[in-house]
Amino acid sequence: MDSYFSILFTEVYKILFLLVPVLVSVAMIVWLDRRVWAFVQKRRGPNVVGPFGLFQSLADALKYIFKEIIIPASSNKLVFVLAPVVTMTLALVSWAVIPFGEDFVLADINVGILYLFAVSSLGVYGIIMGGWASNSKYPFLGAIRSAAQMVSYEVSIGVIIINVLLCVGSLNLSDIVMAQQNLWFVIPLFPMFVIFFISALAETNRPPFDLPEAEAELVAGYQTEYSGMMYAMFWLGEYANILLMCAMGSVLFLGGWLSPIDVFPFNAIPGPFWLIFKILFLFILFALVKATVPRYRYDQLMKLGWKIFLPFSLFYVVLTSSFLLYFDLLPGK
Amino acid sequence: MIAHSVFFYIFSLIAIVSAVMVTVSKNTVHSVFFLILDFISISCLFIMIGAEFLGMIMLIVYVGAVAVLFLFVVMMLNVAEQKGQWFSSRWDGGTHIPVGLLVSLIIFFELIIVIGGWKYKPDLLNSLSINISNEVTNTRSIGNVLYTDYILLFQISGMILLVAMIGAIVLTYRERAGVKRQSYVKQISRERDEGVDLVEAERNKGVKIDA
Repeated sequence: MDSYFSILFTEVYKILFLLVPVLVSVAMIVWLDRRVWAFVQKRRGPNVVGPFGLFQSLADALKYIFKEIIIPASSNKLVFVLAPVVTMTLALVSWAVIPFGEDFVLADINVGILYLFAVSSLGVYGIIMGGWASNSKYPFLGAIRSAAQMVSYEVSIGVIIINVLLCVGSLNLSDIVMAQQNLWFVIPLFPMFVIFFISALAETNRPPFDLPEAEAELVAGYQTEYSGMMYAMFWLGEYANILLMCAMGSVLFLGGWLSPIDVFPFNAIPGPFWLIFKILFLFILFALVKATVPRYRYDQLMKLGWKIFLPFSLFYVVLTSSFLLYFDLLPGK
Repeated sequence: MIAHSVFFYIFSLIAIVSAVMVTVSKNTVHSVFFLILDFISISCLFIMIGAEFLGMIMLIVYVGAVAVLFLFVVMMLNVAEQKGQWFSSRWDGGTHIPVGLLVSLIIFFELIIVIGGWKYKPDLLNSLSINISNEVTNTRSIGNVLYTDYILLFQISGMILLVAMIGAIVLTYRERAGVKRQSYVKQISRERDEGVDLVEAERNKGVKIDA
């Protein structure tokens, strides 16, 4: 019985050691997002609370905590309350398999990439539940849009993952990183990296694909009826998902915790820092896209997903596998 | 082992209770949510017996895609009202319950045959020449069997799914007249002289457009 408790305590300690930094960085990343956005538009952005406005997100969080939670009278109350909880939980559980360094991962499971993919495909339920339970027109339309969008872009992300897996020969995320020691996959699979980036934008409902919460048409989409802490949970889950997509992109294409070149000043920096740099780099790209690109129309979004990305990434699967087969580079024989 | 059996019983309890709730709950959308819970706990059971690949595929395919379509259908078509009618005595010509009973009986007997086969003919299992080892991850061993011995069956089942998908699209597709479609090529290749028309407008008469 003692061994169970000690296992439990060490695991809880490890989980907290992972989750607290993730939550803090989610708060910081919101600040970064707004600062980059403001920088592009020649504004100042949040700069009042704390040095450089760093504590703006904390102030916002405090505001959300003290706001009243309003549950609409005609809503389906249980599902309404569950929806933000589901979103937030799913956004956080996927961090368990992200490798921050060699042997520096909470759960080093065999099917890590499938786990990430499965959990991110569950993310759609938080949104559908929120939209449906609100029992109101705008949230429902937003939820339907969002669900269709996430399901479509998941298909292309799945095919892109197959491309990477063909080069690795394993579903384990640490193996995927170790396979990139000589060459990051962003170089041979560059078109796939671009498509992954755009699909990640669509998957996380970021601009220019933020149709589920297009404020000119749908108020705030599935979040319309939410207030206070429940709204903040949706919002935290969304940003945690964005960070997760950036982490996934850096693990799949940018060599995870590996340093770009294996020379002294670079490889002396510990692995986790490199992963964080790469995540930040991808996130700044996300923020720049948000600041510069106008919103897509819904039919264009669907057309892009199904008629351009899916056939192209399928074609690339054939290309990658035939290349590997022809030059006898297939891994794991 | 204690923790293992505790988790097994928790997951199977959730699976059974949610399976019952799928049929019992009044609201159809709730039924679908319980179905999702059922899928998730079944995939947890898969992972517990070491079949992590199957468990994850179960999550991705059934929960991530199939159940979303279920939810779409249920939310859009308003099945909730029909479900009440099926079980009420007012609705005549109710053929759903006998058919449902028949199907569930058939599935029940099939399960008895399969499980009875395992129980009373254990040599049936050995006839499958799959050597299971803990060295190889089960993703790899499934792939080794699926893409060598059963490649034809695998491809044929994929073809059947493709045909079903195309068939469904063909059946539901209808050409509608007067739909304006966007053509990027047309938009980009538009020149000034076909887009702009200079007209001499007469005083107090104006110009008729689209005449």
